[in-house]
Amino acid sequence: MARIHRRKFLKLSAAGTGAAATGGLAAILATGRAPAYAQGTTVHWLRWNDFVPSSDKLLREQIIPQAAKDLGITLNIEMINGNDIQARTTAAIQSGTGPDVICALNNWPQLYAASVADVSEVADKIGKDQGGYYAESMAVANDGKKWLGVPWSIVGAANAYRKSWFEAVGASKFPTTWDEYRAVGKKLKAKGQPIGQALSHSFGDPPTFWYPFLWSFGGAEVDKSGKKVMLDSKATVEAVKYGVAFWKDCCDGGGLAWDDSSNNRAFLAGTISSTLNGASIYLLAKREPDKYQTEKGTPIYQDILHAPLPKGPAGQFSFQLPQTNMLMGYSKQQAAAKKFLAWITSKPVYQAWFDSQGGYTVGATKVWENDPLWKKDPVVAPFRLVGRNAYFAGYPGPADRNAAEVLSKYIIIDMFAKAVQGMAAEDAVKSAAGEVQKIHA
Amino acid sequence: MAISDVLSHRAFAQAPRRGAATRLLEDERWLAAVLLLPTVILLGLFIAYPFVEGVWLSVTDATVGVPGHFVGLANFTALLHDSIFLVAVRNTFVYTAVATVLKLALGLWLALLLNRHFRGKAFTRAFVLLPFIIPTVLSTFAWKWMFDPTFSVINWTLFQLGIIHGRINWLGDPSLALISVIIVNVWRGVPFYAISLLAGLQTINPELQEAAAIDGARPWQRFWHVTWPLLLPVTMVVVLFSVIQTFADFQLVYVLTGGGPANATQLFATYAYQIGVGTGLLSQGAAVSLAMFPFLLIIVVVQLLYIRRVEVH
Repeated sequence: MARIHRRKFLKLSAAGTGAAATGGLAAILATGRAPAYAQGTTVHWLRWNDFVPSSDKLLREQIIPQAAKDLGITLNIEMINGNDIQARTTAAIQSGTGPDVICALNNWPQLYAASVADVSEVADKIGKDQGGYYAESMAVANDGKKWLGVPWSIVGAANAYRKSWFEAVGASKFPTTWDEYRAVGKKLKAKGQPIGQALSHSFGDPPTFWYPFLWSFGGAEVDKSGKKVMLDSKATVEAVKYGVAFWKDCCDGGGLAWDDSSNNRAFLAGTISSTLNGASIYLLAKREPDKYQTEKGTPIYQDILHAPLPKGPAGQFSFQLPQTNMLMGYSKQQAAAKKFLAWITSKPVYQAWFDSQGGYTVGATKVWENDPLWKKDPVVAPFRLVGRNAYFAGYPGPADRNAAEVLSKYIIIDMFAKAVQGMAAEDAVKSAAGEVQKIHA
Repeated sequence: MAISDVLSHRAFAQAPRRGAATRLLEDERWLAAVLLLPTVILLGLFIAYPFVEGVWLSVTDATVGVPGHFVGLANFTALLHDSIFLVAVRNTFVYTAVATVLKLALGLWLALLLNRHFRGKAFTRAFVLLPFIIPTVLSTFAWKWMFDPTFSVINWTLFQLGIIHGRINWLGDPSLALISVIIVNVWRGVPFYAISLLAGLQTINPELQEAAAIDGARPWQRFWHVTWPLLLPVTMVVVLFSVIQTFADFQLVYVLTGGGPANATQLFATYAYQIGVGTGLLSQGAAVSLAMFPFLLIIVVVQLLYIRRVEVH
């Protein structure tokens, strides 16, 4: 398609729009041209429905017109449920037609490596300009040779907890080790205020809690090379045994059936005292203080604080949800889409979106750690550094297809779930290790 | 111009023009082929092509965006050693068998009730269809809320009635989770049985019932010796359709449990989706899907043979 420069775009746009507005079809025919908006380049961007609705509003109401103004493109943003993006991506790749840019979650860029365009030029420049990428963003979006997408953000996960309830059982600050957390959780559960954690088949909350839990005890599915399966180890058995005890002592049993929104509802309804989540619980409670209140009738958001997951014998870990914009190989708008990616991820444009998130996501690059946003609200400040010790499934090996298969089959999650349901820890580990071995065979 | 000329001209003008196509279509064999063509194209495009494509995928090592190479039956052999697949096979059989028996029993019962004369009959018949009409995903979300571990309205009611004192973890307990998805499937499927069997019941001549009653047959005897044998062909067809649909069920389990907890509700279709779409391993996903085929084929052949036997008798 012929490239249209900005000046020409504006001229055409004015002529076409003016004709359409004043003279209808006859006037359009008289100018001899279709309106420019029908001629311009369109970039189709597929994303999830954001958990922060104001960000979607910003994209629709400000970013789309701005893209037309700055780049001369028509930006078509499609927002769908996060769970449906993979099905759409698969269909688009197989049929060779669909959105030009897809905002992927997790390590999906590695799964579609053969079908995405090389965006190294854009990603390298953004990384250089913005203080470099976090290891997790790089692990999911770079295959060691090239960038499979431009890292977009990291959805931060931290423990949202009820300050007053923790204080009532003697914890003036959030526990820093699993032993401390278990001791506090035991007291809370005895009072009918358990910890709430999903241990089910759902893409967000279960992995972001149980993978770091396993790592913090020294367990891992593979070694650093990603070739040797290491799951059947003493450390994993210890992690599973501890996980079962932690579950029985501290957690809400309903977590075995939770999806990613269940803990949000339970927390806001006052049935759980702590849960690993994005800042969405707090942000929603703050937006609707009259609706979400404590048992004393005060706004619940004033009683919420955030803290990272506790440390285990092998250290402190986290698993955050990375997002990456993939430019699809089948797209006929390669040049325009690359320009768009460089533009939307550039600091001034990204800044508006980052601000609208209110701390729900951190940037994929380190420059956003120093943003004034983190000083505005001390409650979301703990999310500022979540990108630093974040790792992806497959750690310490690569975040490759095998890691994705282990993740999407919920093998690690089910290892804990089976043990919680009564299977001996050793058997649960052996069975999970067998499954991981088959994937790596 | 002579009159004869005019007549001959008119005769020529009025004679139907018989093109080659018309002559061809007058041959019944060709006409049949032409009339069948749209159906053949539709079946070919939407059933045969995806099926053949699925078979081809299952014997390759294709992933999303990568066509792959022929690997023979390697994907199927791998499935035999896949413990999650074996759990999915067991679950699918239990799910289909239990749900079908319950749907048949409840559907037949409902059809017999609806076949009676009472006020508001038409309204009730329409109302009964509701679970079947509402989009499955929508109604399943309502059920998800009813089974919610924290906010379950079922638990609340049972608790208020003093029947339970703790919480029932409907979707969190492995056995209860399978029971729960079966309950929702039965709820959704009963109207299909009820309305189809009701249609069957209405084709039975009431005089047969009256004659049996005059001969002294009791209600149960009338049902067993008159109604049931006449209803059997319809019942078998309804069961056939239902078994196929239940066996390949996806959306209900996907929304309610995602196959969890710990694969307790994993079915063929959910596992195929998890592997094919979730992991991008299209070939293995296709193999899981196709593994359903022999089982379904056996079920369908047995049922069709039985239907033929019933009809011959």
